[in-house]
Amino acid sequence: MHRLPTFRKGGIHPGDKKELSQSQPVERLPFPDELIVPLSQHLGAPANPLKEKGDAVGMGEMIGEASSFISANIHSPVNGTITEIRQITLMNSVSCKAFVIKVDTENPAVEFTAHPWKDKSGEQLLGKVKELGIVGTGGATFPTHVKLSVPKGKSVESLVINGVECEPYLTSDHRLMLEQTEQVLEGIMIAAHITEPKNIIVGVENNKKDAIERLRSVISEKKLPIEVVALQVKYPQGDEKQLLKATINREIPSGKLPLDVGAVVLNVGTAFAVYEAVVYNKPIIDRIVTVSGEAMKEKKNVRTPIGTKIADLIAFSGGLNDNVGKMVAGGPMMGFAFYDDQIPVIKGTSGILALERKKEKKVKISTPCISCGKCVAVCPMGLQPTRLFRLIENRQYEQAMKLNLMDCKECGCCAYSCPSELPLVHGMKLGKKMGRK
Amino acid sequence: MNILFAFLVIAALALVLGFALAVAAKKFAVEKDVTAEQILAILPGANCGACGFPGCSGYADALSKGTAENGLCSPGGAKTSKAVSEILGTGGAVETEKMVAFVHCRGNHEVTAQDYEYRGISDCNAAHLLFKGDSSCKFGCHHLGSCIEVCPVEAIYRDEKDNIMVDPEKCIGCKKCTLVCPTQVIKMIPYRGSHAVACNNHDKGAVVRKICSVGCIACKICERKFPESGCTVSDNLSSVDYAKETAQIADAAAACPTKCIVTAK
Repeated sequence: MHRLPTFRKGGIHPGDKKELSQSQPVERLPFPDELIVPLSQHLGAPANPLKEKGDAVGMGEMIGEASSFISANIHSPVNGTITEIRQITLMNSVSCKAFVIKVDTENPAVEFTAHPWKDKSGEQLLGKVKELGIVGTGGATFPTHVKLSVPKGKSVESLVINGVECEPYLTSDHRLMLEQTEQVLEGIMIAAHITEPKNIIVGVENNKKDAIERLRSVISEKKLPIEVVALQVKYPQGDEKQLLKATINREIPSGKLPLDVGAVVLNVGTAFAVYEAVVYNKPIIDRIVTVSGEAMKEKKNVRTPIGTKIADLIAFSGGLNDNVGKMVAGGPMMGFAFYDDQIPVIKGTSGILALERKKEKKVKISTPCISCGKCVAVCPMGLQPTRLFRLIENRQYEQAMKLNLMDCKECGCCAYSCPSELPLVHGMKLGKKMGRK
Repeated sequence: MNILFAFLVIAALALVLGFALAVAAKKFAVEKDVTAEQILAILPGANCGACGFPGCSGYADALSKGTAENGLCSPGGAKTSKAVSEILGTGGAVETEKMVAFVHCRGNHEVTAQDYEYRGISDCNAAHLLFKGDSSCKFGCHHLGSCIEVCPVEAIYRDEKDNIMVDPEKCIGCKKCTLVCPTQVIKMIPYRGSHAVACNNHDKGAVVRKICSVGCIACKICERKFPESGCTVSDNLSSVDYAKETAQIADAAAACPTKCIVTAK
């Protein structure tokens, strides 16, 4: 039997639960009364505020300016007035300043007009991507202009587009590929125009057969030089290291970037954001958020303005059931549990999940490590989570760094398979933070 | 006869090897730094790292080579500094004031509101990764006691109200606790100081009042009514200037509406 490609080392098969929301077409959330737009929605330095309390802002207007190369501009998602600049804590525990914008309910939005891009140079297009604050929408929110800036002397062999969406529950990229296929593909062609790769590959896991078919039919209709690769379903294939192994059979050495093996990896959502930025001059001011989970009354895919409070999004989905055990922003494997529904949706928020409370287990209590080695077997990076965890518990951070702790990308395979339910990922995060000091 | 033969072989071997060892000992002899050894003998030997060198021997080496300043050893204080200057022949011991660690927070879970219940790894920095701790006050103590674990002299303890306290008599001023603390709520104060402000929250008074009953609300009573107490309020938090502290601070402590000025002993 012909087997589909995947990465080799480690990985797990959690129940994907995508059936809850994958057949729900994307709905648009009406503008709420108030948005909270943080100045740090990306990896790297927070943006510098350009506006003050009381200033009027227009939809798409720049309100925060990138403060260094690895940083991104922030734009207003709506017409309105800034009522306050508040210090808030985001779900990833980053503390930053945020604009509180009162939405002009009579006239909240403006129309964006299309511009042709094919006559523009790659540099001009890259400038647009930078100016409009495009960041990776997969979750890590790495500034896209940094990814697309190919240094002199290096060339891009493959542009790999990530349509894997390996996290359970999440269906926002799936819906995007189905409903906005042409736009996503044009975004990919724009990214290809900037990076000039030899081949372009879209990797999609085989649980999204309709999306694969749709992509292939549009590609053959428009005669685009893009190949769609169906991949085996395995978590964490959506990580760029695993994706490159699965699609172009390259391994990124420890501490290196995809560019070092001649590849650039972009998410389908990012490709769509690039399309909107270049063609419509539209920054990331909204995104598709999967609102799902057994404890959510209605499961939906919602195009949500950035800065929408999670409470508004939950209310739009009909509220929560009584059996809520845990609220998670992002996917259940790598997302962040949170307690405060007044936190805003940011550029990297791919889902809001209300997970069910399990009756038999009220409190999660971890027991000592039994050295079964399951975590070692499933670690896609080939690390020894149990050994690292023991070192970190005993404050041996330097020793843990020597065992390549920094290669850990917190995918959660180890904690998922641990029979003792040790908080392994939490430990890795702690070790990385302390080891960097 | 056989036994004699064996004896001779071993004796010859012993002679040759012994000679080789003697030559090697002379030729590859490591010169010992006598000064460094002398200094090491008078350093306290806590290996706390407060001087910034790897342990006492690291500091002793650096001193004898002249690459380190005298007076960096806080556990040893003025006494050690004097002895070191005598050995080095530089004269003029450095007068350092004894500093001790102080936890500027008394906000245990009974008096401070909680955002959520933390059940993860029992380490302050681990709790800090999740919304900067479970307490509603993001400036205060997490009460998980990472400082207790790193203290080399067991000067930090948990009192019956679950507050983390430092015994100023035992504290050697190595600052290890201030480095491990994620909220920097542990700061160094002079040993002679009689009082300290047990709060680290820079929020406005109205915010503090909502989440904590023993936090500084920046009412400025200490600063205005007791000008000689040494208390000054800046950035919504009172602090004691120990150069100006007088006995009046006891009155300020008594007048403080949230009783956040506490005795440092």
